[in-house]
Amino acid sequence: MTRFVLQRARHGVFSILGIVVLVFLLSRLTGSPARLYLPEDASDQVVAQFNAQHGFDKPVFVQLLTFLRGTLRGDFGDSLLYGQPALHVVLTRYPATLMLAVVAMLIATTLGVLIGARAAARKESLADKVSRVISLGALSIPDFWVGIMGIALFAVYLGVLPTSGSAGPAYWVLPVATLVLRPTGILAQVVRTSMVDALAADYIRVAKSKGVAQHSIVFKHALRNAAIPIIAVAGVLMAGIVNGALVVETVFGWPGVGNLMVTAIHGRDFAVIQAVVLVTGIAIIILNFGIDLAYSWLNPQIRLGK
Amino acid sequence: MQEPVITTIGAAETATDGSTLMRRDRFSVRLRHVLRRDRLGQLALVIIVVIVIAAVFGPLMMGDAATQADLGKRFVAPFNPDHGAAYILGSDALGRSFLARLLVAARTTLIIAVLAVVVATLIGSLIGTVVGYIGGRVDAYVMRIADVMQAFPSLLLALIILYTVGPGLAPLIIVLAVARMEVYVRVARAETLAVRERLFVTAARALGAGPIRIVLTQIVPVIAASVVSLATLEFALVILSESALSFLGLGVQQPDITWGGLIAEGRNYLRDAWWVALLPGLAITLTAVAVNVMADVVRRTTQTD
Repeated sequence: MTRFVLQRARHGVFSILGIVVLVFLLSRLTGSPARLYLPEDASDQVVAQFNAQHGFDKPVFVQLLTFLRGTLRGDFGDSLLYGQPALHVVLTRYPATLMLAVVAMLIATTLGVLIGARAAARKESLADKVSRVISLGALSIPDFWVGIMGIALFAVYLGVLPTSGSAGPAYWVLPVATLVLRPTGILAQVVRTSMVDALAADYIRVAKSKGVAQHSIVFKHALRNAAIPIIAVAGVLMAGIVNGALVVETVFGWPGVGNLMVTAIHGRDFAVIQAVVLVTGIAIIILNFGIDLAYSWLNPQIRLGK
Repeated sequence: MQEPVITTIGAAETATDGSTLMRRDRFSVRLRHVLRRDRLGQLALVIIVVIVIAAVFGPLMMGDAATQADLGKRFVAPFNPDHGAAYILGSDALGRSFLARLLVAARTTLIIAVLAVVVATLIGSLIGTVVGYIGGRVDAYVMRIADVMQAFPSLLLALIILYTVGPGLAPLIIVLAVARMEVYVRVARAETLAVRERLFVTAARALGAGPIRIVLTQIVPVIAASVVSLATLEFALVILSESALSFLGLGVQQPDITWGGLIAEGRNYLRDAWWVALLPGLAITLTAVAVNVMADVVRRTTQTD
């Protein structure tokens, strides 16, 4: 077990280093970094001064070392748009995104398990077919469009929900509903597949012959044994929800990281972009590490395998 | 110690080898066979064919109408025959025929998606096949990179690259391809690992074929079915990613338009013109549903058992 943890931790550190170098390369390969950091109308004099001040006139590997040192101290420079340290700007926006993501994933997992388990329990029934249609739809609809249509219907025409912001419970309805769609669709299918396998096992026949209630067979006996792939996929989806957050936060003006990222891109705020990418990357790698641990704890075969 | 193992596996699978090759030749026959019993699949195929025809010939017939502004016809409501056939789906803020704009956007959207999937399929599966065949340290490094890419949100990666490189048609296609390449690498590698030890590969090696020749003539034809199946499945995802990037303003730039870009436009006119945001979204959804259903049909056709 210790070896497994150490191996995973080593992979995690390797991945973080990879992301740091990637961000560095992206910021340098495109020519002058001044072009990325400064506003587009900056004069030549300002650019030269900027380059000298930040050491961009030095050799590349010296720059990489400086960059690594700055990254280790959490120093990405000041935000162009907000005038504060970039890392500080990013970290103040993270709670809003995390809350949205956690609420959405909790709802999506619950819905996915309910829909998928019901479909698996009665294979080829109407419930099964409906669940497949729901999954297919959830995987095929662009999430930002659902959000916009939600605004059009509930905010513009019916006027029952607010269009954007995050001031109260009503502001949560549309963003969460939009964000929940895709993970629910994927999870319902995963739950169905692994539940079908679990329900075909011998211990289920035993439980049935003992007269255990159908509900208890599905949600206690089978679900527990089908849990491993479900948790694995839920973990991957949790990391992927950043994708959804980018567009959903933009559509609903949610004050989170996704919104910040898009604003930073349009405002050419490269310090913030760097900080967002690194913080998000590191958060996702830590999340994956946690999933690996949970996975091996649930399934001893994995840590004994290698 | 290795030799007998290879021979046993190879010998046991010679029969499968023959049938795999036969099956590959009769792909269209099998596809027709699967489709014959699948109403939903037939419908999906018809929808795809109609969309492709519309995207190819629509812009040729109505391309001019898509850019012809007529401020007198701003926000003409759809399904009103008074303004002529071109305005059957209404008009946008500049009075341009929305049907024409949808058709032109369809062409751009499909071209981007097709090229992105083709690039990702070719490069990704080639990398996967080669590292799977070579194995060893190269394989380990490439798979670590693939792991990092899998963990990293594809849209975020696309956003950073587009930011540094600048938006445009070619960067967009490359970004969409790179973001999903890891999946093809993984599938092609796994398939190659299974094929590598089979008798006909050993035979080719014994006859003196080099690694490049073996990969191209022995392995690629066998794993092609799985890769094609994956590519159809990925197609819908690429369309969705493209529309999200265009919506965020990082896709193709004006005057080029895609469905995602049209939705972004329509977002500003939700009160006055609901159809500007609604119709392109419906187009995306319809295409994605049809492609996803078709991907399922292709998967069932290529399944070896």
